[in-house]
Amino acid sequence: MRKYVPKDNVQKKAYYTDRFHVVPRVPREKVEEGSHFAQVVKTVGADAQESYIEIGQLVLHIKPEDNFKVIKILKEQCGYTQCSEQSAVDYLAKDNEFELFWQLLNVNEAKRVRVVCRLKKGLAIESIVPLFNSANFAEREMFDMFGIKVNNHPFLKRILMPDDWEGHPLLKTYPLHGDEFASWYEVDKIFGKEYRDIIGPENRDPAKIDIEDTKRFSRVGYEVPFGAEYNGDQEKEIEYSETLLVNYNKKTSKTLDERR
Amino acid sequence: MAQHQVNYASTAGLPIALTSVDKLVNWGRSNSLWPLTYGLACCAIEMMASGASRYDFDRMGTIFRASPRQADVMILAGTLSKKHSEFARRLYDQMTEPKWVISMGSCANTGGMFNTYATVQGVDRIIPVDIYLPGCAPRPETLQYALMMLQKKIRKESANMKKNTKQDLTTQTGKRARLI
Ligand code: SF4
Repeated sequence: MRKYVPKDNVQKKAYYTDRFHVVPRVPREKVEEGSHFAQVVKTVGADAQESYIEIGQLVLHIKPEDNFKVIKILKEQCGYTQCSEQSAVDYLAKDNEFELFWQLLNVNEAKRVRVVCRLKKGLAIESIVPLFNSANFAEREMFDMFGIKVNNHPFLKRILMPDDWEGHPLLKTYPLHGDEFASWYEVDKIFGKEYRDIIGPENRDPAKIDIEDTKRFSRVGYEVPFGAEYNGDQEKEIEYSETLLVNYNKKTSKTLDERR
Repeated sequence: MAQHQVNYASTAGLPIALTSVDKLVNWGRSNSLWPLTYGLACCAIEMMASGASRYDFDRMGTIFRASPRQADVMILAGTLSKKHSEFARRLYDQMTEPKWVISMGSCANTGGMFNTYATVQGVDRIIPVDIYLPGCAPRPETLQYALMMLQKKIRKESANMKKNTKQDLTTQTGKRARLI
């Protein structure tokens, strides 16, 4: 098992050693001259600050205040008639900003464009519901999960969490097991705060696997008797009986050359 | 037109069974347990399977009712989210006494694999539970067994529901309270 490293301020660290946290980089390609995407970039014009292709998709970086304008151009002039997803990514700890993206689809050309912008914390974004109705729920979800306000949204209200919820659960600072408010939510709501000490705190499964606990855990291949003192050196290879568990090897098994 | 006249009184006397009122009432209650049609997550699929013809709950007198006011048993089948907990409790409150609760599956028992901010960590935090049945998802046989255990439990209870304390919660401060 890998070494446990506290992950609460991973973003702030300049150097992170956990090999599972090396962000895989998708190769970026230039927009080829004369391709469909080159046409799109040309149509969008100067609003596209940066544009490149990732896994066959065009990525357009724009300024947050241009989002409605750019997406309107993409819809009306480039044929991107579907908005399949819209959401945000939390980069608050690193840059104090969110990355917002809109995933657009052109059905006739079978091409996708991702419009990306960086939005400072506390700023609001313009709604694209007048262009795409599908953005209605997506923007509400973004508001619910990140607390990003959307200007001119027809009905900006929490969509997944209850209306009286506190906090925005997809922020990286939000604890997975919930904060104080979340852990007492159902008790406060149904019985009232005074029932807290009667019902008691949540009893959460810590999901701890203890290598020294030989009563409830056993390591496959290195088994010790039930309840035995754990001593790393005394671990021994498991002994299988011949009759119960067939020791799988090539000698006894037969490989069929062709299908019968 | 009656061809066969059955007249117990004049021939062999009335068939009489001697029993206590408690037993008679509990016999009735335990053999017509009507659960609420109420599924929360994947466990509900198994609950539906138990109700359908292969496992056939009807033969045990268990018929799913679509209204809490006609139901005796609440089967909490699945993941209870915090947002929904209020409504689950409201449905429970709408059921008429006597009522029983079966907590079906790991999620309802303890929160299960959803060890997150949005899931109630065990429905017994808000509703008193009679039978916990383990599994993810429990097989229909398990649900049937749970129902049979509940029947057994009911048969042992007093018919006077006031005597049956559902859940005693004692706190460290010595304060006693009851979740009804
Ligand atoms: S216990 Fe398993 S099957 Fe049942 S609701 Fe939870 S995840 Fe689904």
